Amino acid sequence: MKLRTALLGAVAALGLAPAAFAERGTDGEVKLTFPQAVSIMNTYLSGGTKDIYAASMVVEPLAGLTPEGVLVPKLVTEIPTLENGGISADMTSITWKLIPGLMWSDGTPVTADDAVFTWQYCTHPEGGCSQATKYEGIASVEAVDPSTIKVTFDGPKANPYTAFVSALSPVLQKAQFEACLGAAAPTCTDANNMPIGTGPFKVTGFTVNDTVTMAMNENYRDPAKPAFASAVIKGGGDAEGSARAVMETGEFDYAWNTQIPPDSQAAMSAAGKGQFVVAFGTLVERIEMNTTDPDPALPEGERATAKHPHPILSDIKVRTALSKAIDRTILVEVGYGAGGRPTCNVIPGPEGWASDNDGCIAQDMEGAKALLDEAGWVVGADGIREKDGKKLKLLYQTTVNPIRQDFQALVKDWWTELGVEVELKAIDPGVFFGGDAGSPDTFQKFYADVEMYANNSESPDPESYLGQYQCKNAPSPETQWQGENINRFCNPDYDALYATLATTTDLAARQDIAKKLNDMVTKDSMTVIPLVHRGTLSAHSNALGGVQINAWDSELWNVADWFRVK
Amino acid sequence: MTEASTTPPKPASQMRDIWNQFRTHKGALFGLITLGVLIFAVLIGPFLWIPEKLTVAEAIKLKNQGPSLRFPFGTDQLGRDMFSRMLLAGRVSLAVGFVAMTIAIVFGTFIGIMAGYFRRLDGPLMRLTDMFLALPLIPLLLVMVMLFRDRVAGLIGPELGAFTLIVFAIGITSWMSTARIVRGEVLTLKEREYVLASRSIGARPNRIILRHILPNVISPIMVAATLEIAAAIITESVLSFLGLGFPPDFPTWGRLLFDGLQYMQVYPERVVWPGLAISLTVLSVNYIGDGLRDALDPRIRGR
Amino acid sequence: MLTFTLRRLLLAIPTLLVISLVIFLLVDLAPGSPMSEIPLTVPPDVRQKMIEALGADQPVFYRYFLWLRQFFWVEPAYVIDGWFGTTWAEGEQRILSWQSRSPVFTIIGQRIPQTLTVIGTAYLVGVLIAVPIGIYSAYRQYSVFDQAGTLFAMIGFSVPTFFSGTLFIIIFAVWLGWFPTKYDTQLVVNDWESFLQQIKQMALPVMTLGLANAGAISRYMRSSMLDNMGMDYVRTARAKGMSERTVVLKHVLRNSLIPVVTVIALGIPAIFGGAIITENLFGVNGIGAALIGAIHANDIPMVQTLAFIFAVLIVLFNLIADVLYGLLDPRIRYD
Repeated sequence: MKLRTALLGAVAALGLAPAAFAERGTDGEVKLTFPQAVSIMNTYLSGGTKDIYAASMVVEPLAGLTPEGVLVPKLVTEIPTLENGGISADMTSITWKLIPGLMWSDGTPVTADDAVFTWQYCTHPEGGCSQATKYEGIASVEAVDPSTIKVTFDGPKANPYTAFVSALSPVLQKAQFEACLGAAAPTCTDANNMPIGTGPFKVTGFTVNDTVTMAMNENYRDPAKPAFASAVIKGGGDAEGSARAVMETGEFDYAWNTQIPPDSQAAMSAAGKGQFVVAFGTLVERIEMNTTDPDPALPEGERATAKHPHPILSDIKVRTALSKAIDRTILVEVGYGAGGRPTCNVIPGPEGWASDNDGCIAQDMEGAKALLDEAGWVVGADGIREKDGKKLKLLYQTTVNPIRQDFQALVKDWWTELGVEVELKAIDPGVFFGGDAGSPDTFQKFYADVEMYANNSESPDPESYLGQYQCKNAPSPETQWQGENINRFCNPDYDALYATLATTTDLAARQDIAKKLNDMVTKDSMTVIPLVHRGTLSAHSNALGGVQINAWDSELWNVADWFRVK
Repeated sequence: MTEASTTPPKPASQMRDIWNQFRTHKGALFGLITLGVLIFAVLIGPFLWIPEKLTVAEAIKLKNQGPSLRFPFGTDQLGRDMFSRMLLAGRVSLAVGFVAMTIAIVFGTFIGIMAGYFRRLDGPLMRLTDMFLALPLIPLLLVMVMLFRDRVAGLIGPELGAFTLIVFAIGITSWMSTARIVRGEVLTLKEREYVLASRSIGARPNRIILRHILPNVISPIMVAATLEIAAAIITESVLSFLGLGFPPDFPTWGRLLFDGLQYMQVYPERVVWPGLAISLTVLSVNYIGDGLRDALDPRIRGR
Repeated sequence: MLTFTLRRLLLAIPTLLVISLVIFLLVDLAPGSPMSEIPLTVPPDVRQKMIEALGADQPVFYRYFLWLRQFFWVEPAYVIDGWFGTTWAEGEQRILSWQSRSPVFTIIGQRIPQTLTVIGTAYLVGVLIAVPIGIYSAYRQYSVFDQAGTLFAMIGFSVPTFFSGTLFIIIFAVWLGWFPTKYDTQLVVNDWESFLQQIKQMALPVMTLGLANAGAISRYMRSSMLDNMGMDYVRTARAKGMSERTVVLKHVLRNSLIPVVTVIALGIPAIFGGAIITENLFGVNGIGAALIGAIHANDIPMVQTLAFIFAVLIVLFNLIADVLYGLLDPRIRYD
């Protein structure tokens, strides 16, 4: 009720406003649909991308990222750099300056205290903040004055743009969340579902896992925006249905994550109501090689641990042969169409960070066969290669997903041609990614010889992403099978080089190190066989203008600029 | 009915009677022939129709083709011959459908008759039924896979292991409605005059059940059986989405139907074949059920 | 009959407690974790913190008793507070969903209306179509009508809803453009126009589900009618000179209803359980969609609460079916 009164007040204020407001809210309603419904509007407690994207229309960070991966000021006057003095010379602190006169959607001013509170909120030990890594290495966040925020780090920080940057780290309103610190965080249902923000829209209605309704924010900093008076996000269904609702029936203006087969993409585009757009980030579909032995005969606790190296895949020739036998161009054509491209890198972008490694793109079946011959695996009577009486047999697992099953079938065909016997297995994604130490089917346990999934770096700077392949991050019984180094890759040179990345501040040098690290896990060791650089495919109606799809920030990062094409 | 129970039956002639009556039922005959053809096709077909060996690159060029002499049912998105996939899929789907249906029907009927006939068992058995109805299916299946998949696969091999687990999983999660329906019928049947009469002359419960109760609940059981076959074939495809089913390159009708769904607009025949196969199976089983029901009813048989 | 009903109601309490424990253990044992939908970019130590914040790392029996207490004490107290302004539930933690951190009963409350209108209507439509088809098919066995009805029923239950639903979308929404494909849950029906819109958006899900339900029920109705059609009492009634209408609709129908009542009584809790696939396909935010979403996210409080309410309905409708048996056939005695 209070909110309603505030709204009415705001509307009344709008009536008195000068003519500069003329453009705001003149284009009616924009309708979005997500295949997964929005569960919560609080980024810090959220379960996934769908929630973060929805929240990004309402709450904003200090700075965002453009589709090119460049920082762009949102709530601040400029991006702090070494040159403009925003970053201290020793790289231990960064100072942000808020735009003067900035207001929350309820009409109260945004101050540096809100940012300080946000830091406290997410770093509270009992809060269970999902974006805690954004605030790692921060010694303090202070309000120097009501419009100046100073973030001090534990030591020199090569990449200081983590806290309050991108949709993953928005600023919360202190007044609204003050009572929700720590253990109380989940109990603040109203605040979590209807956060007050600075974005172009404010939440007017929220039904869990279904619909979010929003109205324009009268206090938005640009008086001419947003063009839409209201917005609605409807969730649920599947990628197919979402795409159809935009591309064929025209019920919706925008659909996020419409990953459908290339043939259907073409057919839907032919309807002429909308178009697919794709953003390439760092998402790479890959096959990971198990460096440890997953033999079920080994005792539990030793199975798939560093104690037993893999009997077949420890030989780099075998790994290389398996990679050479794959035709990545066909995989892209079958599974992704315009939404993917073949790659040999774990870090395929952005420009500057990606290694020029493309030696795997052309399929080389003969070369692969020669490599296996060289490694001592000779073709047996049944067409399957053998060595010392042992068959070359691999278990290849992934999640249940139609594209992945097509990939499995194709790769199996290629590997069979090579003389490798392949057994396929598909696991429920909830179990595979769930990380339940009690289940044998998680991707961390890796009770298979090779497995396929996709992973990405959430920021253009891949430092934390590359950290995954350090020896210490290998999942094992001692760590309750938690850890990101899925294939238990362990190379001291890698760890040493990675350590230098954290202290290197020069961009060109950083990019150079990242490329070397990328090559170490891919072409040098063939521990990871990247297959496809995947984009996120979304669809928007031809009647919706201003869409600029973005892989580095929320896809809805510029929703304020969207307008109705008339 | 009273007449039938007092005159001692001659089994051989009764079987012939039933068959004679069954033969006159056109629908039943149609069902029997269709089902026979389907079973014959999936058993023998894969030996007669051997798809060409194509490399991946060759196959991809032939993807999503319509029906032709080379590919009678067309090809799928990877250029695989749909006809041979349908035949292979049919083996699994028919086997899963019939075995799982049999498990569910036999178990459901047994529980239903026990609960309906013996008042003392009614409470516990029906509470058990309630519990199975209330258990959320997906966690139940996931737990079953987690606990038993590797063990069963270790005992009898991965493919047979998967089959056993699947039919068992479907059977154990779908007997409840049969049990409830049978129990409801038995409750009224056991108060009928002929059952009372039979009991008063000292007939033992198992004789009463086999002679008087079971033949009279056969028609709802037949309906349940037809429903169950369709459900089992579809459920199998759902199971494969939980990683409980067969290995992912193993086609089944349910999975082909589901896979074809996203191509429905572009290549409608991809869903038509498996859809048609499932419907034909269900339809023929239903007509056979109809025919059996009529044939087993002595009043109709007499006419 | 009254004592029977009372005794069964009393017996239901321990039964339901056992069922609730079994459900809880089952859901807890199932592989998967509430973190399965969190992107891979979130590192393991942060995940661990999130699990601790949910309380998901507590021992299973502690969590079970916490849920019991919340379900049977805190939630009713909360309702009473809402009615009478008392403060019994103050400071008490309601059952919170792990996935959305919203109170489970708020979510259920948001979803009940759609479940009842869409799934309920579909079920009603299914029964209303199925019973007459079943009766007439049996009365004119092997007529053209019967054959057509058989075909209809076969299609109804041999074609899965994910298939028929998609087919309806393509025909009626994409090609003909008559109905929307996504259900607008925010639509407020307050005039003729919005009412029409509501009917339109209900059309596809109701058609999909109605077809599936009608198929099964009409088969049971027909077979049960056929069983009774040949009975001696029917011949007697006809011999007495009763009209066909009375014979069929009064005598045969009443005696044929037992299996149909069972099927319908099994079906009504299923309305609450929702139609998972159909709800998902059309974006109807019913209970079924909530349950499947919660299962995939391993949201134990949500799954447990929904499954338990479902269990209560099953036990209740089983009892109602038993009472109805007694009314339909006075010979059935339970005492």
